[in-house]
Amino acid sequence: MSIFNMFDGYSAEDLTSIFIMQGFSGLSLFAVFLLMALGLAIIFGQMKVINMAHGEFLTIGAYTTVFLSDLVTNYIPDFTQYYFIFAILAAFLVAYIVGYIVELLLVSRLYKRPLDTLLATWGVSMIIRQLLRFIFGAREDSAVMPDWLMGSWTPTDTIDIPINGLFLFSMAIIMTIIVFILLFKSRWGLRVRATVQNRTMANAVGINSKQVDRTSFAIGCGIAGIAGAAFTTIGSVSPSAGSLYIVDTFIVVVFGGAGSLIGTILSAFSIAQAQSILEFFLSGVLAKVFVLLIIVGILMIRPQGLVANKIRK
Amino acid sequence: MNSFLNNKITGNKTETISLLILALVLVVCFPLIFDAFRLNMVGKYLSLAFAAVGLVLCWGYGGILSLGQGVFWGLGGYAMAAFLKLEAAVNIAHEAGTDQIKALSTVGLPDFMDWNQITELPYIWYPFKSFPITLLMMIGLPGIVAFIIGTAMFRRRVSGVYFAIITQALCWIMEILFVTRQGWTGGINGITDLRTCLGWDIRTISAQYVLYFITVLLLLICIIIGKIVLRTKFGKLLIATRDMEDRVRFSGYDVASIKVFIFTLAGIISAIGGAMFVFNVGFMSPKLVTIEPSIYMVIFCALGGRNSLIGAVYGTLIVCFGRTFFSEEFPALWMLLMGSIFILVTLVFPRGVAGIVEDYGKPLLARISDRKVDAKEIKPIK
Amino acid sequence: MSLKEYILEISDLTVSFDGFKAVNQVALYVEKGSIHVVIGPNGAGKTTLLDLICGKTRPTEGKIQFMGHDITHMLEQDIVKVGVGRKFQTPSIYPTLTVFENLEVSYPRGRNVFGALTFKRDQEVIGRIHEIANMIFLDKLLDTPGELLSHGQKQWLEIGMLLIADPQLLLLDEPVAGMSVDERVQTGKLLNKICKERSVLIIEHDMNFVREIAHTVTVLHQGSVLAEGPMEFVERNEKVIEVYLGE
Repeated sequence: MSIFNMFDGYSAEDLTSIFIMQGFSGLSLFAVFLLMALGLAIIFGQMKVINMAHGEFLTIGAYTTVFLSDLVTNYIPDFTQYYFIFAILAAFLVAYIVGYIVELLLVSRLYKRPLDTLLATWGVSMIIRQLLRFIFGAREDSAVMPDWLMGSWTPTDTIDIPINGLFLFSMAIIMTIIVFILLFKSRWGLRVRATVQNRTMANAVGINSKQVDRTSFAIGCGIAGIAGAAFTTIGSVSPSAGSLYIVDTFIVVVFGGAGSLIGTILSAFSIAQAQSILEFFLSGVLAKVFVLLIIVGILMIRPQGLVANKIRK
Repeated sequence: MNSFLNNKITGNKTETISLLILALVLVVCFPLIFDAFRLNMVGKYLSLAFAAVGLVLCWGYGGILSLGQGVFWGLGGYAMAAFLKLEAAVNIAHEAGTDQIKALSTVGLPDFMDWNQITELPYIWYPFKSFPITLLMMIGLPGIVAFIIGTAMFRRRVSGVYFAIITQALCWIMEILFVTRQGWTGGINGITDLRTCLGWDIRTISAQYVLYFITVLLLLICIIIGKIVLRTKFGKLLIATRDMEDRVRFSGYDVASIKVFIFTLAGIISAIGGAMFVFNVGFMSPKLVTIEPSIYMVIFCALGGRNSLIGAVYGTLIVCFGRTFFSEEFPALWMLLMGSIFILVTLVFPRGVAGIVEDYGKPLLARISDRKVDAKEIKPIK
Repeated sequence: MSLKEYILEISDLTVSFDGFKAVNQVALYVEKGSIHVVIGPNGAGKTTLLDLICGKTRPTEGKIQFMGHDITHMLEQDIVKVGVGRKFQTPSIYPTLTVFENLEVSYPRGRNVFGALTFKRDQEVIGRIHEIANMIFLDKLLDTPGELLSHGQKQWLEIGMLLIADPQLLLLDEPVAGMSVDERVQTGKLLNKICKERSVLIIEHDMNFVREIAHTVTVLHQGSVLAEGPMEFVERNEKVIEVYLGE
């Protein structure tokens, strides 16, 4: 197919529809990346902890949703329409608690050895994956979707946008806003930023920096849990589902510039768009390779990522 | 010999002894204990130990954690596999007789190329027609790749976690490329069914014994090279760079070139292991160069003791034996155990097996030798 | 005195971090063979000034000239090679290496990879290490790992690591911080010995120490030079008293 005749055979109306739908598929990918990266933007971006088990917290959130969905369909079928809202909260809570425990037992002892955190959390991810396999089995599970998430939105005859995609996108936007408010407007966010910038001073002014670390890590994990719940709307879950995303997620955060939430958003957007545009021309996997290579190249020129503050060391 | 080891290579007695013990275990004990099948398995494990030895140099001493050692290990392996595959293809053609083979495929073309409708040998396969050039490629290819990656990263001062994550991404890129370029690499199956090397059948039991000893020999040589490098001023500079990079830079050194050198050396050592793996098992597969095997290589090194070249070998053997044992008996438990090893080795035993041996073994040794000294001293008095 | 000879000439030096000018239009001349001290309140830009000279931070504007070389945009290691040595505020030594090895690693031969691999510890090297160790009062501790030294000894070791490379200009960031009174006196003697053959640019907060050793003092305030001259002269400057020294 050559670039000159690749539009042949389509009417102008068809083309508009294709572009809108193709553009939306890029936006869905953006939502996926963003949801995954938000938790990590706190854990890695702010705290500089390399949490290789981040994907597993996503899986935990997803399984919480699946578990609730099974419970509801079996015992209180009337509730099927509404359970999802509670599932999101439950996913956050479960992931938060597991995250809290992991921080308490493990991560808190390794803050000064970032590369060791990487290995230790990799171990955590293996253990969580295996435990999930014990509990839920290795095969794929999926949650029952309430009716209002099914179907698609058809503003014209030729445009067809799935509702669950729209839902995922709005979740990503809402979560981003919440994280923004948490980090920059809340008391907790102030403490996190203070601790990140100068731990000794933060301790001196009465911030319990250990407690801040613990809740930050747990909140980051909780957000991953919510992402997991959101993911059940577009796909099924298996114990290793989350680990497939971990490299992507790290790249989004690193590429955006660790420590910058805006950078994370920009990076998720540009990587997602680049990938879905390239996928139109190349095969899926090669588009991935291409995007990865471009990112690695850009990171070599700008190791600090897209958005970075000039600081005085 | 002993004093030569002491002076030139290891620098002290304890290290000489531990090197000799390792040699004893690998050269004498294992061949005596294990049958040919098990010994071949050990040979396979030891080919992985090369990567761990490389990691001790670049991570343990240089502070550069690479999550992409599988890339270099794999390149070495694929280079060797390519050569053996071409030889196998030519042999098959001869065995079948020219008439028959002409009807089936192009003479000397690897079977998977045939399956992928490739009718002529791709240019990148040409160097692997010759054994010397293959050997050169096996070391040169990963060496050059490591050099380029290292130069690009370290010149830009990409380090620590960022380096680790980027190397992990490279691993992923390599896997995708090797899986998707089926016609060139054999795709997801890899390069299989390797039989002879320069006419020597590598599948016979005697060949497997010989290959085991070659693997051991090369591994010991790599360890000794590592020890020699660490003994020089470069070795101290490497530690200095790990601990206080700015001080080294402001003492007039080009820190990037120090890192590039050790990263390249580690890559080449890994590659030799990859090549020996192909000899030992007779195939090469992209599953061996993905993200997970590369992380395993790091854990071999961490478990053995990240600052111990010899420990790396034991670390590899422990994990590999463990995996074989558990995956035969209780596969589910293995993941839990492995996960716990990752955690323990960072949290409780950051110096790994070598650290444990040093903490408990050395005092024991000292006590034994003290007794000897005591005995000697008492004698003249009597 | 005849025409002054300057080893380091800094003109119009400015660096801005996101609009904040940590060093602003600074001009500074270090005389050959002198001890030049930079003082000033916290955040005056003293350490940034040293960072700019040794190449750790890149200036936004201005020029740094050292013994006829324009070192403004040189690589860090090349600046070292033309003869500038930098000691950091927190003593930066190699903790797991011994004092001897610390000095050996800093010895200016075998500075590229191949050179370092083939470096031989010959008599010349050993002699030089003993000489320097003697000078920095660590000749009895050559086999001690760096991390076991006291804070003051670490400071000396780092100075020794600079000296062994034979620089023409030493940049010392608070060399007597954390030292006992005795150590301070010894350091003063050491610096006086050093400046016979080379020049020294020091950042210091201890005014008594500055009075003892300084030939010239520059006062920095909010990134700019507030006053310059001999200590007795600077001490009486009203602006300096107001922003820094106090009554």
